[in-house]
Amino acid sequence: MSAPVLQMRNITKTFPGVLANDDVSFDVHAGEVHTLLGENGAGKSTLMKILFGLYQQDSGQILLRGETADITSPTDAIEKRVGMVHQHFMLVPTLTVAENVALGLPSDRGLRTDLDAVSKRILSISEQYGLQVDPDVEIWKLSVGERQRVEIIKALYRDAELLVLDEPTAVLTPQEVDDLFVILRQMTANNTGIIFISHKLHEVMELSDRITVLRNGRVTGDTTPAETSRQQLADMMVGREVKLAPDKPVQDLGLVRLKLRGVTVKGDRGTIAVDNVDLDVHAGEILGIAGVSGNGQRELAETIAGLRPAEGGSVQLDSTDLSKANPKQSRAAGLSYVPEERMKDGAVGEFDVSENLLLINHGDKRFLRRGLFNFDAIRTHCQKMVDDFAVKTPSLTTPTSSLSGGNIQKVIMARELESSPAVLVAAQPTRGVDIGAAEYIHSQLVVQRSNGVAIVMISEDLDEVLGLADRIAVMFEGRIVKIVDRENATKKDLGLAMAGAG
Amino acid sequence: MKRLVGASVPLLAALVAFLFGAVMILALGENPLSGLAAIIDGAFGTGDRLAATAVRAVPLLLVGAGITIAFRANVINIGGEGQIIAGALLSTVVALVIPDTPKVLLIPLVILGGLIGGAIWGAIPGALKAYASVNEILSTIMLNIVAIQLMNYLLRGPMIDPIEVDGSRIPQTERLTDNAALPTLIEGTRLHLGVPIAIVAAIIVYVILWRTPLGFKLRAVGHNPDAARAAGISVERNIVKAMAMSGALSGLAGVTLVFGSESLRMVTDGGSAGFTGSAGFNGIVAALFGALHPLWTIPSSFLFGSLLTGATELQRELQIPNALAIALNGLIVLFVVSSDKVRDWLARRLDSSTGQKVDEPPAPDSTPEATPESVA
Repeated sequence: MSAPVLQMRNITKTFPGVLANDDVSFDVHAGEVHTLLGENGAGKSTLMKILFGLYQQDSGQILLRGETADITSPTDAIEKRVGMVHQHFMLVPTLTVAENVALGLPSDRGLRTDLDAVSKRILSISEQYGLQVDPDVEIWKLSVGERQRVEIIKALYRDAELLVLDEPTAVLTPQEVDDLFVILRQMTANNTGIIFISHKLHEVMELSDRITVLRNGRVTGDTTPAETSRQQLADMMVGREVKLAPDKPVQDLGLVRLKLRGVTVKGDRGTIAVDNVDLDVHAGEILGIAGVSGNGQRELAETIAGLRPAEGGSVQLDSTDLSKANPKQSRAAGLSYVPEERMKDGAVGEFDVSENLLLINHGDKRFLRRGLFNFDAIRTHCQKMVDDFAVKTPSLTTPTSSLSGGNIQKVIMARELESSPAVLVAAQPTRGVDIGAAEYIHSQLVVQRSNGVAIVMISEDLDEVLGLADRIAVMFEGRIVKIVDRENATKKDLGLAMAGAG
Repeated sequence: MKRLVGASVPLLAALVAFLFGAVMILALGENPLSGLAAIIDGAFGTGDRLAATAVRAVPLLLVGAGITIAFRANVINIGGEGQIIAGALLSTVVALVIPDTPKVLLIPLVILGGLIGGAIWGAIPGALKAYASVNEILSTIMLNIVAIQLMNYLLRGPMIDPIEVDGSRIPQTERLTDNAALPTLIEGTRLHLGVPIAIVAAIIVYVILWRTPLGFKLRAVGHNPDAARAAGISVERNIVKAMAMSGALSGLAGVTLVFGSESLRMVTDGGSAGFTGSAGFNGIVAALFGALHPLWTIPSSFLFGSLLTGATELQRELQIPNALAIALNGLIVLFVVSSDKVRDWLARRLDSSTGQKVDEPPAPDSTPEATPESVA
């Protein structure tokens, strides 16, 4: 085998108080997908920023095609044929695909760019790799998946031999993920080296040729999919044995606690988002709602929580009719809600941890003395919640926005479960959350199930739904198109139903 | 380090504004140092002047404390002028209707009238914003104009001083009952009950905002209305409450302007600043300079009060128009507001010099409420 496209040797990078990369070695050969796997803060981003010239390593060496390379800036990296597709796309929405690709490139025609020539080359690249995209269409008209293709084309247009994809699947639907993987395989067949950054284990197992696992800035594993398993990868990422699917005691279904009949809801654009949905959720069960994002799940959750009025139908919790309830009334009836967008609807970023823990019950007599906050009682109470839910925070007065996603989610969960709810609606409870926190959140959901809470868990992650739910409903275009018991569910059938073909 | 920078920037802004003021005095052919001396002498030179400064600061502090409530709930209340007028009118009506009520009863009733008048004038734009999405900046400014015209009408018509009816028709009420006058605290000065009332009001605002469930809700709505709503807090109701409370404090400022005045009557000149002396706007300035914190607004109001009284001396001694004080006010606002940008920029510079530009969590709020004393 020839020299690797990229060798990073013994890279060490420290920030004040943090050892971000500790003697990390990593290489990529032409035509392979090498995955960098690790939790948030494991050092993946730092390593890639060093490769892309955004940071300089304290020590260690970078070799490109066998020769020492000193990468000082992203421009420098691009000239050395390293391409990067960032998680947040770097595209100008009002410009066309061709204009975006041509941005920053020198042109034969001096100040003017020969867009026809650019378009022509984009088309030939598209054909070669199966990246279908119209060069003359404006970016804002494109779907997220298509925008990502434009980013990849940008890199290929600049003759990238090494392409870094930072969590590329985070924003894609399962179908788009499949399409992306086809494109990536086409690229490796053409000898491009790919660095794939992800924490979704099944994707990593499916796509990778080699896998390097990072934890706390160090390499903790260097393996291939054939030699390892999802379980082992998770253990290497977290540094201890992880339960990917929690143990769920068998238990009988209780009474129906949440009952939806003919619920119809309009979305933000005034079109029907939830169409005539009937659901019964029993005490002690987790009902998983699967589906590609944007098929009415968010609107359904908001309606149950009292945040979005229903156009028709009824929502009943135990014996209380919540069809016209506001959030306060829903909560008084025994509903708890973990929203999908935790920084928008779940937590007040500027508030500190204890304030967010009290967001619902700050008026409780326990926390007041003569009408004023009793800070001793509040501290004691919040400290216990933080301890119970293993929230990692420097203090109770730390601004919540400075915590990691997983810890913010734990704060929200702790708050929502504190009231011993009858029904819990949890939307995307572990999205963007690292494995350790996800494991903990899952275990808490199972505890609540054992306590007889009726749980509605909305998730795009089929593994999560299959691992936790007792029954699974699939939503497509606002309707429940399929509802099955867990033991009768297969990934394939659910996937088909999610695509509207069930 | 970052905190120090955060605290010093507003002071720096004031300093720069004063330097501009010095240039203006130079341009008028006078010595800036003697100008500064005149201002200081005018504001603090004698006990009497110090008292006058404190009295000038009272409406600024009351309006400013009210503004902090509204702004913390993310409602931009520019309606201080109108709310002052509404409070003053209603309290004046109270004093006109029941002039013979004993002092101990009438003063609280007059104050109550002012609070209610201001609260109504604040609650209207609050409700319009909460339930009809009407921009509160526009509606409060418009309601200022409505209040001014209402005042002009009432003081020229139904409430006019009877002896002015056939006289020069100055828009003013008759001299109100002494039973309603805010008592003087130190004989021989103008220092009246309004001063301690304003300071206590600012402290109460602080307690409400950071020590009560009501203030918690207001701040939650101000920071993130979506999360507040999902948690069961009524965004609409709290916006109205914030505006009503904010207006009530401005209304109280109106009370001090009428019942703390030497003439003991409500009087205007028909123009916009005739009655309020622009306290409704200067109070916003004082609150902004006090970092939208009610306790910091106390010294900040005193500073602006001293600027206003000092300017009178400036005019008398150096024949420099007291409009200079207004210009200085404006400059300070300009610099304080833009100093937020400077502060951000400085904070970024400090970050990047330690190499932590991307991986670091967002800098904690540098406003004074982020002190350890506020746990919840």
